[in-house]
Amino acid sequence: MLGTRAGRSEIPGSPIGKDAARGDEEPLLRVEDLRVSYSTEDGLVQAVDGISYELARGHTLGIVGESGSGKTVAALSVLGLTRAEGATVSGQIAFAGHGDLLALPEPQLRAVRGNEIAMVFQDPLSSLHPMYRVGAQIVEAIRAHREITKSAARARAIELLDLVGIPEPSVRVDSYPHELSGGQRQRAMIAMALSGEPKLLIADEPTTALDVTVQAQILALLSRLQRERGMALVLVTHDLGVVAEMADEIAVMYAGRIVEHAPAERIFEVPEHPYTWGLLRSIPTLDGPREELLTPIPGSPPSPLALPPGCRFHPRCPYSEPEHARTDPTLAPVPGQPDHEVACLLDPDVRRRLWSELRAESTQRSAT
Amino acid sequence: MTGYVIRRLLWGVLLLILVSALTFVLFRILPTADPARLRAGHSANPKVIAEIRANLGLNKPLLTQFWLYMKGLFLHFDLGYSYYSGASVKSLIFGRLPATLSLTIGSAIIWMAIGLPIGIFSALRRRSRTDRSAMGVALLFISAPEYWLGLIVLYLFAADIGQVKVFPGSGSYAGVTADPGKWLTSLILPWLVLAAGFAAVYARLMRGSLIETMGEDYIRTARAKGLPERRVVMHHGVRAAITPILTIFALDVGVLLGGAVLIETVFDIPGIGRLNYDAITHADFPIIQGTVLLAALFIIVANIAVDIAYAYLDPRVRYS
Repeated sequence: MLGTRAGRSEIPGSPIGKDAARGDEEPLLRVEDLRVSYSTEDGLVQAVDGISYELARGHTLGIVGESGSGKTVAALSVLGLTRAEGATVSGQIAFAGHGDLLALPEPQLRAVRGNEIAMVFQDPLSSLHPMYRVGAQIVEAIRAHREITKSAARARAIELLDLVGIPEPSVRVDSYPHELSGGQRQRAMIAMALSGEPKLLIADEPTTALDVTVQAQILALLSRLQRERGMALVLVTHDLGVVAEMADEIAVMYAGRIVEHAPAERIFEVPEHPYTWGLLRSIPTLDGPREELLTPIPGSPPSPLALPPGCRFHPRCPYSEPEHARTDPTLAPVPGQPDHEVACLLDPDVRRRLWSELRAESTQRSAT
Repeated sequence: MTGYVIRRLLWGVLLLILVSALTFVLFRILPTADPARLRAGHSANPKVIAEIRANLGLNKPLLTQFWLYMKGLFLHFDLGYSYYSGASVKSLIFGRLPATLSLTIGSAIIWMAIGLPIGIFSALRRRSRTDRSAMGVALLFISAPEYWLGLIVLYLFAADIGQVKVFPGSGSYAGVTADPGKWLTSLILPWLVLAAGFAAVYARLMRGSLIETMGEDYIRTARAKGLPERRVVMHHGVRAAITPILTIFALDVGVLLGGAVLIETVFDIPGIGRLNYDAITHADFPIIQGTVLLAALFIIVANIAVDIAYAYLDPRVRYS
């Protein structure tokens, strides 16, 4: 039984120790061998294929991958939302003394959902109900978990809107979603997510649908709220740039699996997986010269209906060897680095050499 | 919003004037049987016919006839007099309206009460056996002609000719004020027969609309809040899915208020549809004209009602 004696020692707002998640303390969230599949007319889609991770209280995990990598499905499954959509889910999700969320009957899971674990979605316009006022939708979320009067819930909703930085919250509370700007809509979504004082907030591409200028504001807001409330945060994104500032740890997903998992600074400094290299090399930098070419990853992610044999990345990997099409790599610690895991068949020394070459090449290019 | 409503009402009036002019053209100018001759009877001599023609104003120039017709219509709601019985069309229509209203409203309540829950149920259990059989039966009722269905239920359940004598048969309609009990029992079969086809259509509409809505992102948000599934479906899914259906509903009711000709004929209910049917068999133009205008009025009013209601049902729609 996991998580029954979850400690409260992690102080909200304290500076985040990078290794705490690996310490003796019971993690807030422990996902073990999570598998999610959908049966479609074209066959079985294994959207998430055995991922495991842990998250300590108040920490941030960035889950990064291309569309179709299974990162959103993995996040939704933590709240049991893929179950409602008819997926087959297996594995274990231990959360803050609730035992295995996947084994929890629907009513008990509902008490956790939106209350202790909350979620913010990608597109706030389509994620808010178009026919109800923003305030009414927040009030509904509050009253789903607490026995309080409508007027008290409304006062709380105004407080929450104020907290997330919506101007004139007592007026905006009566706005319909389409009357708000994109950034304000996402703030309202965040306010709704906070209505239950969650210990864990899952943000699925929270800035992707927003204007670039607003994206940074929303990330800053999430960061501030996390600090003030000591929430753990799972930040799902396709953009390594988004998690660079915020995440303590980063898990890189590819074709339904985690292919690399490490503390954030190691992902940026000494990444081990060729796919992570590709992601890093396709981020534009402000300080680099304008002529610097971004290096895209060749090809596209495999169809979940026809996954390649062996290493799933080998058809797109510039360093793959014939043998990689037969052997399926497992996620294992890098020698000497217990908290840096990678699923790659290349020899560790070869990987280190390749990365330093790539790095030298890009510094050289930016120098000229 | 007020400006929009006023503009819509003015357009409605204009449309009504156009429809009136069109009915005039259809019934006076296009070659049809001569009303004066119809009125005069079989062995009338030309002198009598000419006299009747003068009385009806049919010898005046067409434009004059049109002017008198429009003036009477819009200033006095004067729809003329039946060629056949000589009764005023206005009083005939008002006399028949309660039966049509009873039939339409009762049936509408029944088809919504049956069709919508079936549609919701089918949408939530999509591709299950229940869904498939419900939609199969629905298809059967959509395809069955209502006069045929009417005859079948009369054959099965009517008190006079039925195999199981349960409900009053054809021609047993009584006004609600005259005999409420008889009014109710005589309408049960026509209500059900008229509702059957519509219930089937609405079950399919509701199913399709709800299936689409349940795939929306805001349904996922509602679930993520920790709401019970029942509330997710009713408060978030059905609320959004039902909006387009209510607009179709208003239009259907508008059309039916203009007279359900087949049902009223099969069950011999003295409503607008029956009045219309009889008038057609007698080439009684003033009545046909009156019922056509009434039907147009109901459809125009239903359309305006739908547009105004939509602004309240869907806050994204705001007219200016």
